[in-house]
Amino acid sequence: MQLFNPQVSRQLIPVLNLQETEVERQMTICNACRYCEGFCAVFPAMTRHLEFGQADIHYLANLCHNCGACLSACQYAAPHEFAVNVPKAMAKVRLETYTNYAWPQPLGKLYQRNGLTLGLASGAGLALFLSLTLMIMGNLFVAMPGGNFYGIFPHNTLALMFSAVFGFAVLALGIGVRRFWREISPAEAPLPLKTSAVLEAGANVAQLKYLDGGHGEGCNNADDEFTLWRRRFHHLTFYGFMLCFAATGVATLYHFLLDWSAPYPIFSLPVLLGIFGGVGLLVGPAGLLWMNLRRNPQQGDENQKPMDRGFIALLFLVSASGLGLLAWRETSALGLLLAIHLGLVMAFFLTMPYSKFAHGIFRSAALLKYTIEKRQPNPISAGSD
Amino acid sequence: MVDVLVIGGGNAALCAALMAREVGASVMLLEGSPKVWRGGNSQHTRNLRCMHDAPQDVLVDAYPEEEYWQDLLKVTGGLTNEKLARIAIRASSSCRDWMRSHGVHFQPPLSGALHVARTNAFFMGGGKALVNAYFRSAERLGVKIRYDAQVTDIELENGAFVAAHLAEREVDGQRFPAERIEARACVLAAGGFESNREWLREAWGQNERGEWPSDNFLIRGTRFNTGVLLRRMLDLGADAVGDPTQAHMVAIDARAPLYDGGICTRIDCVSLGVVVNRDGERFYDEGEDFWPKRYAIWGRLVAGQPNQQAYSIIDQQALGRFMPPVFPGTTARTLPELARLLNLPQTQFVKTIEDYNNACHVGTFDHTTLDDCHTEGLTPAKTHWARPLTKPPYYAYPLKPGVTFTYLGLATDETAAVHFDGKASPNLFVAGEMMAGNVLGKGYTAGIGMAIGTAFGRIAGVQAALCAGFGLSPVNSELQHAAV
Repeated sequence: MQLFNPQVSRQLIPVLNLQETEVERQMTICNACRYCEGFCAVFPAMTRHLEFGQADIHYLANLCHNCGACLSACQYAAPHEFAVNVPKAMAKVRLETYTNYAWPQPLGKLYQRNGLTLGLASGAGLALFLSLTLMIMGNLFVAMPGGNFYGIFPHNTLALMFSAVFGFAVLALGIGVRRFWREISPAEAPLPLKTSAVLEAGANVAQLKYLDGGHGEGCNNADDEFTLWRRRFHHLTFYGFMLCFAATGVATLYHFLLDWSAPYPIFSLPVLLGIFGGVGLLVGPAGLLWMNLRRNPQQGDENQKPMDRGFIALLFLVSASGLGLLAWRETSALGLLLAIHLGLVMAFFLTMPYSKFAHGIFRSAALLKYTIEKRQPNPISAGSD
Repeated sequence: MVDVLVIGGGNAALCAALMAREVGASVMLLEGSPKVWRGGNSQHTRNLRCMHDAPQDVLVDAYPEEEYWQDLLKVTGGLTNEKLARIAIRASSSCRDWMRSHGVHFQPPLSGALHVARTNAFFMGGGKALVNAYFRSAERLGVKIRYDAQVTDIELENGAFVAAHLAEREVDGQRFPAERIEARACVLAAGGFESNREWLREAWGQNERGEWPSDNFLIRGTRFNTGVLLRRMLDLGADAVGDPTQAHMVAIDARAPLYDGGICTRIDCVSLGVVVNRDGERFYDEGEDFWPKRYAIWGRLVAGQPNQQAYSIIDQQALGRFMPPVFPGTTARTLPELARLLNLPQTQFVKTIEDYNNACHVGTFDHTTLDDCHTEGLTPAKTHWARPLTKPPYYAYPLKPGVTFTYLGLATDETAAVHFDGKASPNLFVAGEMMAGNVLGKGYTAGIGMAIGTAFGRIAGVQAALCAGFGLSPVNSELQHAAV
């Protein structure tokens, strides 16, 4: 699209690729229409531009929640010759940003065949722990008195293995999102961090504000009907995950600070957190998968379904195996269940920086930029004269 | 036999179907287009002009009946029916709760549309979101909806509706036989004839230059408004209202698609620069009034120019001050270069701009008021926002007339009844674009089409249900009261 402001030199503007050009084309149409401004953050953010550079496109792509409201309301959606489909165009660029901002960068390629990546990682995790169990115990069907799984794998061994992998995942995601933030917040236009902006962004993330459709009735899934179930299932998944994470954290504190070792009784804090979290992490992903299967095929990028569904399935299996382990920890199934659960958890942590998990990190960063920049005057107040 | 048959699938048709169904009538709605194109021109709309005496959710201040009426009187130049106009105006003050109850959401004015924050309530997501909501609600309430069902004939008996006829047709390779659908009452809400190129040609004729102006018109709205039903009703002797050349017509980007260009093809920089025709000459005061009050006259102005073509010219000073256009402007560093790129007579074009520049009496430029920047001794004058075009680069946007909808329609009264020789049909009603010409003889003001469509769609639905034997419920008694 033609440059609007002749003052800005084009020389430093990176050339857009095919998917980015498509977002630019569609945003130019949307910016001249603006009917969707009430749905989410993408369109108000769009009105701050007359043209869209690569950084703007990466930012907008990650701001989009693929709620589908704009697609079903679009007068320019196919079969109109403009063929506007913002959720799809944004999804395609979004995947590219996960790929390109991944650290170490070559591993970003894992996004290209992400279903396979998660499958292989799960296989490897299972193989590792099953063979370790066999090596240590000589048998997969081992019972331990009181369900004491540390009898199979000592606490410190597990703590070391998982904290190393988790630490790497946090580092990789941290470097990735830092590079993303630097691009969307260039030195010449810094984003001044304000507490209120951080709080608002945090609330938008925690409440999944932009899956409410702008009117509170929810987003679109199968058709133009609104539903709050995607938001609810995502809440169950996210908060379920956080409770499970808290269960592990509390157990670690018990272990090191109180010298109180697992296994803990059912009515202990770590186990209760794990049960509630685990149930959320069963129901949430199951619901998300159900919605994903029923989604309007036009909404979002069909090619990313293996990534989405693979991640959902892995979360579900992590939770199911964890609850199974709890249920049968005092039987001879302990050895097998423990190996399966640890293998899946390992696969989850290993792939964290190269799976759908990254969406939460990048989207949170985009939402933070949005709450910061909306506190600044709109540099383009087109038409408000 | 179905109680109420609604022909059409836009806002007015849906309002009629919902109202009739709400009081218990069985309703069938026939949408002529396929499902993906449903909603007629309503899918391109964005707001409803609303009367209100005090601030109301998304509406600020007040917009009393009298002011609304005066605005309408001004844009139509008196070509309006006061009684019907006031019905639409009053209904606009109270219909939004009903609209919400069927799933329509309102939102504060869009950025770039703050100037209508007082007068217009915006649909969240625009008209297609509204149409989707109405269709969902209609389905839930049990309205039978059929797509690809264009009515080609109406069977009458002494001015009373008997049945609608669908011709034999092919949809997605499948053949459907001709059909005859009877109903106790019928609402016609199938739109104007703006997408009927032959009819437009017939209406606009040939001009003194030997051109057929309408051949150069673009249609901002649906490709399905070919006026088949309107023509049939006129042939059957229904009383007509309006001039076939009158329409909601704006100047849009000449590169817009032939149909369904909608809102994004508009060019909003006219008042910030000058407009020249194919001969490189100016032809009208670009700064006569605020753009929202003038955008609707520029379609006809451009239609009167040679080849129905014009160019909106601005310089760098205007950038960022108007809604971003969907197509890029033609850019040049000098005026002669711009003339070359646009294929305009260079000498005349440069002279026009220079004459204008020299005539500009620059005061304090302020696009938010009718400022004191104007030309002196120039014909035509530019009476506000006249600033010399001297800061390159220069930008040009090609303009063509864009028809939104036509005003020729069926004459009606406060019951929305179709009339034959001045006599109201007992069970045939009309709503939406097919009767908007009763209120809009010419001109346009934002959101009035939806106000008329909603008011008369609802009246037509109630009346149709009433003559099919379904009485007044508390929901519509108020409307009845307003209507009589």
